[in-house]
Amino acid sequence: MTTLAVWKFASCDGCQLSLLDCEDELLILADRVRIAHFLEASREVLPGPYDVSLVEGSITTPADAARIEEIRAASGILVTLGACATAGGIQALRNNADVAEFASVVYARPDYLDVLATSTPIAAHVDVDYELHGCPIDKGQLLETLAALLAGRKPDLPAHSVCFDCKQRHHVCVVVARGEPCLGPVTRAGCGAICPALGRGCFGCFGPADSPNGAAEAALLRATGMSGEDIQRFYRTFNVSAYGAAAEEAS
Amino acid sequence: MTHRNDRLIDVRGLARVEGEGAMHVRVRDGAVTDVRLEIYEPPRFFEAFLRGRRHTEPPDITARICGICPVAYQMSACAAIEDACGVTLPAGLADLRRLLYCGEWIESHVLHIYLLHAPDFLGYPSALHLARDRRDLVERGLALKKAGNDLVEVVGGRAVHPVNVRVGGFYRVPRPGDLAPLRERLRVALDQALDTVRWVAGFDFPDFHHDHEMLALVEPGRYAIERGVVATTGGLSFDVSRFEDHVVEEQVPHSTALHARLAGRGHYLTGPAARYTLSSRWLSPLAREAAAAAGLEDQCRNPYRSIVVRAVETVYAVEEAIRLIDSYEPPPIPAVTVPARAGVGRGATEAPRGTLFHRYELDADGLVTSARIVPPTSQNQAAVEDDLARFVAGRLDLTDEHLTAECEQAIRNYDPCISCATHFLDLHVDRG
Ligand code: SF4
Ligand code: SF4
Repeated sequence: MTTLAVWKFASCDGCQLSLLDCEDELLILADRVRIAHFLEASREVLPGPYDVSLVEGSITTPADAARIEEIRAASGILVTLGACATAGGIQALRNNADVAEFASVVYARPDYLDVLATSTPIAAHVDVDYELHGCPIDKGQLLETLAALLAGRKPDLPAHSVCFDCKQRHHVCVVVARGEPCLGPVTRAGCGAICPALGRGCFGCFGPADSPNGAAEAALLRATGMSGEDIQRFYRTFNVSAYGAAAEEAS
Repeated sequence: MTHRNDRLIDVRGLARVEGEGAMHVRVRDGAVTDVRLEIYEPPRFFEAFLRGRRHTEPPDITARICGICPVAYQMSACAAIEDACGVTLPAGLADLRRLLYCGEWIESHVLHIYLLHAPDFLGYPSALHLARDRRDLVERGLALKKAGNDLVEVVGGRAVHPVNVRVGGFYRVPRPGDLAPLRERLRVALDQALDTVRWVAGFDFPDFHHDHEMLALVEPGRYAIERGVVATTGGLSFDVSRFEDHVVEEQVPHSTALHARLAGRGHYLTGPAARYTLSSRWLSPLAREAAAAAGLEDQCRNPYRSIVVRAVETVYAVEEAIRLIDSYEPPPIPAVTVPARAGVGRGATEAPRGTLFHRYELDADGLVTSARIVPPTSQNQAAVEDDLARFVAGRLDLTDEHLTAECEQAIRNYDPCISCATHFLDLHVDRG
């Protein structure tokens, strides 16, 4: 039986919770795989190696940098879950700041902390086989990935932009119709374009799509009245540095 | 049976709590000298990086503190920012917030009852193991949890980190037709919730009582969820705006974790049992009846029975959601404008795990200049450690393995949400 392990690093638990939120599929999945390590769900911890490891969270401490190496060595296929694990998450906002100053804002004795100056994605430390984007990930994509890995095929994960999904679902474009700033044109699909469906611009929680057109997005955002600073902040939230060139061109 | 006088029990990697923690117990000459519940969740610095963000951003950002109760973070953040900007929500939008919050209470409570806590009482390492013997029970729990998630999804746009919430209200309000199928699901969920109360009421509860002061929001006339005044079982009652006058966070010598205390009074407990103890009379008749049949009195001071209180609150939340859907009329506008202004705002709501307080300071442009978040887990930590010390003292003849399991169960009584405990540090003090 395939063994499955779920690991957590710096994160909110939302991505691994998405697995427990598969209420209709959870027991079926549990019949087909042996859940060998999933602290949020079970006290039982079975020794590795593990066929599939799901990794949530980013690397923010020296101890975690060492732990991910061990997990990689014990895992057949390693899949990262969510913006934390694929892009450093919201906690990567420290990467452009002084972490000691950050710590002093939150803690009375920051000298007790043993944290890295950065929050980095898992792929910056070890080889990753598949990445699920989103803050949080999409349940459908998670199930597709697990089903594919159980069947021995590659998961079908889109690389196109949220705009495509929006059009496919006949949502009214929030930029054209309401002048709302929207990162949809440069953001990876996967969520089902749920924000534009509510009349809200995409704020990029799935991170950049493959080969985004940064220049065109820049013009679009400026046309909605955003300043360069606004645009920087818009890009730098849930996938802080992932937008890279697209963000540069835009601001 | 091992019975050593001196021992150090280290439970690394506490299972089935949100986030990761550790507990340390030190015993000297047969007496418990030190108990530490420790979180080794790496700090994420939310209060630091909220500075410089616009006043519209904290609801989305602070949701990411906890994937299990994002709505609570969104609601407390909205309340605090609206307070800073001098805006009060019209009744229709406030009701919609309460409806959304009911969804989170249901999914979070049921997650805790079925997936995290009940397996302890029944001797299984997880609900998945329980499902091998009693699939029907676990299926009932998952279905009930799903009803809560569906509610959050319909009103909030997504089950984890809802995208429809904004300062001032929502991006889009549901059409009555969106809520009709939900109502049908909730009717079924109500029976499942009542069955859940009966089920957990039959568990074996250790005879254990505490006398901590308890703190929760109270809203005379109805069970407090998304607003209220702060009240304690010791007779204190104060407005949320005075939270920081009464609740002080202290650094204690044995740990870097900040412990919240009531000024001049000491540690206290927040959470379902505190809410129930302060507000049980405001529950619906059906929820009160279920509580009485489950053996709960007007107060709950046995932490093990918190699982029964969660089940009763689930009944209440399901019923309340149905009531809110029945009286729902789409508000004329999805959100009121919240113009930025310089000021300080405070907000507190009842997260499933207890009172969650936020404070923001804004400048004239609406940029956040400082933020403070006091989550339930850090408020409870001192009281939990106190309980654990007494709990362990009565069980020193158990093997380490057995005691470990019992301590884990005891900790889960409080449903500590460790990823939310933004103030917890990982420090090991070697006292030789
Ligand atoms: S990516 Fe978002 S939802 Fe997932 S763990 Fe990180 S903060 Fe939570
Ligand atoms: S539309 Fe954009 S911000 Fe909204 S959920 Fe999808 S990716 Fe995330």
